[in-house]
Amino acid sequence: MNAPFTGQPLIRAEDIAHLTGRARFVDDIRPEGCLHAVIARSPFAHARLLGVNTASVEGLPGVVGVITAADFAELPAEIPIRLAPLAGFETFLQRPMAADRVRFVGEAVAVIVATSRFAAEDAAERLEVAYEPLDPVVTYDAARAGASLLFPAAGTNIATRYTAGMGDADAAFARADLVIERHMTAHRHTALPLETRGLIAHQEADGILRCWGSTKVTQWNRRALAVMLGRPEHSMDLIEVDVGGGFGAKGEFYPEDFLIPFAALRFGAPVKWIEDRREHLLTTNHSREMEATVAMAFARDGTMLGVRARISADMGAYVRTNGGVVPAKAAQFVAGPYRIRDIALEVEALLTNKTPVGTLRGPGRYEAHFFRERLIDLAAGQLGLDPAEIRRRNLLRPTDMPWSIGKLVPYEPASSIDSSDVPAAFDAALDALGYDALRDEVRKPRPDGRLHGIGLACFVESSGAGPSETARVELREDGGLRLISGVSTQGQGHKTVLAQVAGDVFGGAVPMDAIELRNGTASLIEGGFGTYHSRAVVVGGSAIHLAGQTLRAKLLRAAAARLQLRAEDLTLREGGLWREGGTQPIASMAELHAWMREAGEAPDATETFRPEGRTYTCGAHAAHVAVDTETGQVEVLRYVATEDVGKAINPLLIHGQAIGAAVQGIGATFLDELVYDADGQLLTGSLADYLVATATCFPNIETITLENAPSTLNPLGAKGAGEGGVVACAAAIANAIADALKPLGVEINHLPLGPDRLLRLIPETPA
Amino acid sequence: MSPAETLTVALTVNGEAVTRDIPARLSLADFLREELRLTGTHLGCEHGVCGACTVLLDGEPVRGCLMLAVQARGRAVTTVEGLAATDGTLTPLQAAFQKHHALQCGFCTPGMLMTATALLAETPHPTADEVRDAISGNICRCTGYVQIVEAVLDAAGTAP
Ligand code: FES
Ligand code: FES
Repeated sequence: MNAPFTGQPLIRAEDIAHLTGRARFVDDIRPEGCLHAVIARSPFAHARLLGVNTASVEGLPGVVGVITAADFAELPAEIPIRLAPLAGFETFLQRPMAADRVRFVGEAVAVIVATSRFAAEDAAERLEVAYEPLDPVVTYDAARAGASLLFPAAGTNIATRYTAGMGDADAAFARADLVIERHMTAHRHTALPLETRGLIAHQEADGILRCWGSTKVTQWNRRALAVMLGRPEHSMDLIEVDVGGGFGAKGEFYPEDFLIPFAALRFGAPVKWIEDRREHLLTTNHSREMEATVAMAFARDGTMLGVRARISADMGAYVRTNGGVVPAKAAQFVAGPYRIRDIALEVEALLTNKTPVGTLRGPGRYEAHFFRERLIDLAAGQLGLDPAEIRRRNLLRPTDMPWSIGKLVPYEPASSIDSSDVPAAFDAALDALGYDALRDEVRKPRPDGRLHGIGLACFVESSGAGPSETARVELREDGGLRLISGVSTQGQGHKTVLAQVAGDVFGGAVPMDAIELRNGTASLIEGGFGTYHSRAVVVGGSAIHLAGQTLRAKLLRAAAARLQLRAEDLTLREGGLWREGGTQPIASMAELHAWMREAGEAPDATETFRPEGRTYTCGAHAAHVAVDTETGQVEVLRYVATEDVGKAINPLLIHGQAIGAAVQGIGATFLDELVYDADGQLLTGSLADYLVATATCFPNIETITLENAPSTLNPLGAKGAGEGGVVACAAAIANAIADALKPLGVEINHLPLGPDRLLRLIPETPA
Repeated sequence: MSPAETLTVALTVNGEAVTRDIPARLSLADFLREELRLTGTHLGCEHGVCGACTVLLDGEPVRGCLMLAVQARGRAVTTVEGLAATDGTLTPLQAAFQKHHALQCGFCTPGMLMTATALLAETPHPTADEVRDAISGNICRCTGYVQIVEAVLDAAGTAP
């Protein structure tokens, strides 16, 4: 294929290893003399930990040793907050292992290290641990009431509370013709990557402590580990190998990210820990559980005047690395892509005896868009407006850009939506669905006896967080390129996408298959902030673009000096170095490398890209569903999701992201749910109980990628492309079901929407 | 019989005869991964739900995590490593997976390929619904399945 590579649906270089079973995931690595760790975990949601009898397993066959909290009581091993620090959070951080109190089922109480996993598992079953159960806190109200406290010294289960706003919400509500207010909830679920977490740690002969299996934010994690272990950062490395999905959950600094390296140091051997699926459901970050009272003020013509929201998030038992991202982003995005200037927010984060919460693809956005889009439909009904029309009257327009969304997040500066054409994205979704015709169609009685409905939802979501990303581009001796980046990969295809970005800088002088990417591992390059908030391509790709440009200029300068020509008269394109207007290349890229060597110049360049602000992705979802009122089963007959990604660097991969995200989001709306009982026991601790979308669930998903509004904040024009597919799913599906059930007077205010929930809402029809 | 008791198994894996002394409680998936270092067979749940561990036993898809290695005595096992030709040429199914971007993280991919390989052996020209049914026991968290179905249909020469 020829340059420009950007914009082409190129297949992925990374696929062959996966297709032939030669990929290398963490569990595929087996160092010589490897020991195996199994973690003993609390069966109680809330209890005093009276003691761990390590003697009960010491000496059992294969057991090498046991680690408890007492073994590192002296280390400053509190897991720090990486994102979204909010006032008060410092009191509620998690140490890697419980010392005197356990606060959720699954919290680590001991690490058993043995010569085989079998031996470690067998020993874990025999480990004696004494507990004295305490009253578990599992509801919002119990958390607020504080009769039982997770952290008695703090005197409260409320981790933080703040207010934020812009404009004058009181005045907006005072002049409203209609106010719609509802109490709504989003349900606890989790990312559930197919590969669980896992780590191998080993201090090798060179004295470097290496950990395989790290991802997402390896440099930050290495800094955290350095502080916790009290040893210099440069004496360790966190190595990224193939990662089987992340979606926000994998790669944060978890207790095991301390415990396994600690065990490796303690026993002087490689130690491997592979999370099993039950452990995963019990200990990897949960997300999304929140309740909200949201009110919207409207004028008679449907103009949205203001929003008020009171949001309470169930944070689980500790504040982990993601701090308050989930509630803070839900609050920030509650106004969505509409021309709303008057906003008042109250946010609260509550501690309960459940697994701690972190980010999950589109954190806070999935919830916020559900809350708001439901209210818009209710308002449309009361005002006699079509749901499409009320949205169209209020959507942000291209002429509104940049649109200030104020300073709604305490730990962030004020922000603005950089560019976008929401009406175009909305119309694209409606057109694809054939909205106008379908609108009438769904109201007609159906031969199958089911009730049909259409649901619409518009979204905006931020991506491309700073502070910066640094990249190096090197010209290899064979004329290929080596890209070095600090962003991480959990399956997105960065090898291909970032090679496309770099390849274009060199005008195709380097073919795609001669561009390699090294990324993820902490020690590769300083200044890598990792992969989250859809920033790998937006920020990391921009850094590669800049470094590539610098290297290109350097190569042309060196060539010009050698050839006694002006650099402006030279160019790079297919074949290598050309003289402008020439009929054949002057030199190949390999020759250019040799010239650099002879001139004593390094054929590489390093650059840092610092985005001035965040990019905002907009789009719309439209769903057509059929509800069987007898069984509560909902069939998604059609689902269209549009997303304006600014610039689609690889449409094939973006299409994959969009479809995958939509199925994850729609699946989550119907299926995924982490259910706790009144004792704080997780009832959905296996994949037989925790259900996710399978191939037969949602066959009719269509996604449309738009490029109407390139970002003005980076040289690629790119915006995040991985999360837009998920963020409006609950909103569109809930609106569609509510539309279908309108004749029965049913409102949808709570997630999820599985058949059992719907049947509870549907009034029994006389037989 | 104690769980740690060792038994001898002889079977064929990807066309090669293999004999090993192994613990009775070793699963077929662990046997392939740990004993034979065929790590293309993945473990996503170890309780029979996700399908990542799917391999073929005499051509039939089975869950490697639910079966003991000793139960495969005398049988022929095919894993993802046994699909492509020895010179590296991909099967039409593998090639279609790449062409249609039917994998992202790749963790489900070996199980998907094995399940779909068995489907195409049995039903060379499946419909989209038949493909969806066949792979409904294999969880993929990345792709949303749409491109996987397209890839299988393409490999079968069935227009989607
Ligand atoms: S690992 Fe065997 S089915 Fe999940
Ligand atoms: S490609 Fe990641 S689970 Fe299927």
